[in-house]
Amino acid sequence: MQKSTQDYLKTIYSLSKNGEIVSNTDISQKLDVAPPSVTEMLKKLADEGYIKYSPYHGSTLTEKGLKEAQKITRKHRLLESFLSKILCIGNDKVHQEACQMEHTLSDEAEESLCRFLKHPDTCPDDGKTIPACDLPFSNCEECIQLHQKGLEQVGKRNKNLTSIRDLKNGTFGKISFIRGEHKVLQRLLDMGLTPGTKIQIIKVAPMNGPVEIAVRGSKLALGQNIACNVFVETE
Amino acid sequence: MQRICRDRIVTDQGGQKTVPTHKSDLKTNPPTSECAKSDKQFTFALAGNANVGKSVIFNQLTGSNQIIGNWPGKTVDRAEGTLSFEGHEIKVIDLPGIYSFSTFSMEEIVSRDYIALEKPDAVINIVDASVLERNLFFTLQLLEMNAPLVLVLNQVDVAKNKGIIINKDKLSTLLGIPVVFATATRGEGIYEAVEEAVKVAISKPKSKPLKYRKNLEEPIEKLQSLIEKENLNLGYPARWVAIKLLEGDMEITQLVAEKSKTISLQSKLLAGELENRCQEKCFSIIASERYALANSLVAASLKQDEIQRSFTDKLDWFATHRIFGYVTALGVIGGLLLWTFFIGNGLSDLISKGLNLIQPINPELSMSAPLLSIILNGFWGGFNAGLTLIIPFVIPFYLLLAFIEDSGLLTRVAFMMDSAMHKIGLHGKALIPIILGYGCSVPAIHSCKIMETRRERLLAAFAITFAPCSARTIVLFGMVGLFVGIHWALLLYVVNLAIIFAMGRIAMKAVPGKSTGLIMEMSSFKRPSLKVVLKQTWTRTKSIIYVVFPIYIAGSALIQVLYIYDILTPIGNALYPLTVLWLGLPAFAGVLLLLGAVRKELIILGAVAILGTTNLLTGFAPVQLVVMALVAMLYIPCVSTMAILGKEFGWKSAALISLANIGTALIIGGIAFQILNFFT
Repeated sequence: MQKSTQDYLKTIYSLSKNGEIVSNTDISQKLDVAPPSVTEMLKKLADEGYIKYSPYHGSTLTEKGLKEAQKITRKHRLLESFLSKILCIGNDKVHQEACQMEHTLSDEAEESLCRFLKHPDTCPDDGKTIPACDLPFSNCEECIQLHQKGLEQVGKRNKNLTSIRDLKNGTFGKISFIRGEHKVLQRLLDMGLTPGTKIQIIKVAPMNGPVEIAVRGSKLALGQNIACNVFVETE
Repeated sequence: MQRICRDRIVTDQGGQKTVPTHKSDLKTNPPTSECAKSDKQFTFALAGNANVGKSVIFNQLTGSNQIIGNWPGKTVDRAEGTLSFEGHEIKVIDLPGIYSFSTFSMEEIVSRDYIALEKPDAVINIVDASVLERNLFFTLQLLEMNAPLVLVLNQVDVAKNKGIIINKDKLSTLLGIPVVFATATRGEGIYEAVEEAVKVAISKPKSKPLKYRKNLEEPIEKLQSLIEKENLNLGYPARWVAIKLLEGDMEITQLVAEKSKTISLQSKLLAGELENRCQEKCFSIIASERYALANSLVAASLKQDEIQRSFTDKLDWFATHRIFGYVTALGVIGGLLLWTFFIGNGLSDLISKGLNLIQPINPELSMSAPLLSIILNGFWGGFNAGLTLIIPFVIPFYLLLAFIEDSGLLTRVAFMMDSAMHKIGLHGKALIPIILGYGCSVPAIHSCKIMETRRERLLAAFAITFAPCSARTIVLFGMVGLFVGIHWALLLYVVNLAIIFAMGRIAMKAVPGKSTGLIMEMSSFKRPSLKVVLKQTWTRTKSIIYVVFPIYIAGSALIQVLYIYDILTPIGNALYPLTVLWLGLPAFAGVLLLLGAVRKELIILGAVAILGTTNLLTGFAPVQLVVMALVAMLYIPCVSTMAILGKEFGWKSAALISLANIGTALIIGGIAFQILNFFT
């Protein structure tokens, strides 16, 4: 896949919280590309099935596009974490560096980087969620264990996972993956958030506030640092 | 001794208040003819999730006849009471409200050890009928422990409003235990619950644990038979131990490892197999299986009608709206404080007028008749101060707070304030103890237990030590509001809020560790029950009266002694550099600050005693009053607060917090003096 394709997908992903439509102007500003070229590229992406594009409105990611966008965003944010936390490169430079490196980072390196950084959930410079990996682990502990046993790759998961923090009010979803400390996981399971459970987003509080969800007839508020680690499959 | 007889419940339902008072009950022991006689004493435990009305039922069962203490060696509250029922003497234990029996909180360990090892005659599992599935998850764990269970479906009225209809006979057959409907706030179903529990206690039926699906049931049974064969004598039921081993429960795993290598190894093998087969962690598989079972039980016994958007949903929408939500939060907190101040002021005036009729305090006495002055101005004055300064402010505060809490509004405020609380290393739930701190720091710090980690409890307690409790509010309004101007007093309130926030941030950076996140149940809005509110208000007020009044009376007498024999002047002189040079206060302020360490209001009492008049302007300039009040708000936790800090966090932390308080007060007070001096 072309570098520019990945850049566009990544940009649309970061601009469209909750899967909203992203306008061409926003994309052209963010990528610093002239509007006509943006329009042309978006049409190309739509042809390739990565986005849905309607002229004068903007574009949204398709399932295929979302998957690619999450993958590249994950690589980008993991790299940022690595550059900033481990190599101590200033936050003003990490974005640029990561933008260059993300396109050549292999999946294997991505996985190792994630383990090395002890499974970070947000990236350092802007606190955004690092999307979940698309590797076939049910949680991060399993990844560590499997790694210790020398089993690293076991196929791919063909699912689109979204953190409940990034969903719109009223959306339904099925819990598929939660990451976090054992204690938090146990608590969430006890409260009924077992894998496969249907939940509904009731409300996301403003200013990075908690997410209120309905699960098994009860309503729960999850702080955003927990909510961003709860991933669901949306219908 | 509380007695419950059928006629009492009947009259209750008829709406007539003919409930015998608890005191007369205490006297009529042994039970009279209306209840038959028996000499066996039973022990019942109340168990269930938080917010299901457990303590309401406990209060109805045991009335005022309760002992609140701690579990041995643990900082978990233990509530115990007695009840006389149809001739049976029954001891009732209220277990903490928990969601599961893992070992992550002390509450969970205390509860499971009590049920498994102390073996109460019956466990009354109280369940919120409107959230049946989540509650049954806990019930299933009680069944795993072979607890002699009675299931009480509480809040059936709320469930009905949500369109939930439960077939209790069906549920009873499926679970193999008695099931009772109840609306505890109205006293309905309590009699039946106890009746069933007595039956269970007498007949001791073996409740059989429900089976899980094959992939989990097989390893459980294998392990269970192994445990039974080896006869480990752990005291816990074998099946439960098997499940806990598979779950990887730290405590049980360790217990078993000490007794039997074989079982320890086998459990690891079986757990590994299970994980491989399901491609999932064991603790997650077991939780999923329990929920699958709970779900099937609910599917078989519950009918959910179409739900209409109810009034409470609209309230909910409003209280968590992106704009109205903050308005509500501010309104609730501000309203609570304003209400406390205005109602408190009115009540305080009324009571002090009443007390003055009996015996006014006469400052001139200390010269002419020292001994009389100690008794009259000291002891009587102290009692007076408690009655006029604390009671009128604390009761309205706790009353309104209990209304807000019981209605579910406080949960919404916590939800809205979560992100702000994160800035000081806490989460939304911490708002509840901090708001409590505006009443009195002692119960507020005690209630920090609702936080998950020690770090969070410590940070919340630290913030509370800066919050203006009712005593400090009195100093603030008594010194500044009265003699300088009400807007100055309000300004200091705002300054205080900023200081709490700033100190909270510093503490967050200073105390190592990571903040955990908010996991909070948003229980639905409901009409507060007057009974619950009054009970809550009284419990909190009572604990303050017990702490405050003795210190007040003794402290006030001590001031008189010190004053009459002129012991105070040298102390005041020693503090001269700080009080006069740095803070710009009059020389006798050092004495007041020392007195205030006992109780903050003693600052005002002391000032009145020393100046010999209630007009503080004779001894202070307005600027000095502002600085004095500011320092008084911040400078040190009072003796009772220090005591509870020491008890909950250790003396080292208590000392550090006190030092931080003193440092803050000196710095802020000094700066305030310089600034105010510059402008005036």
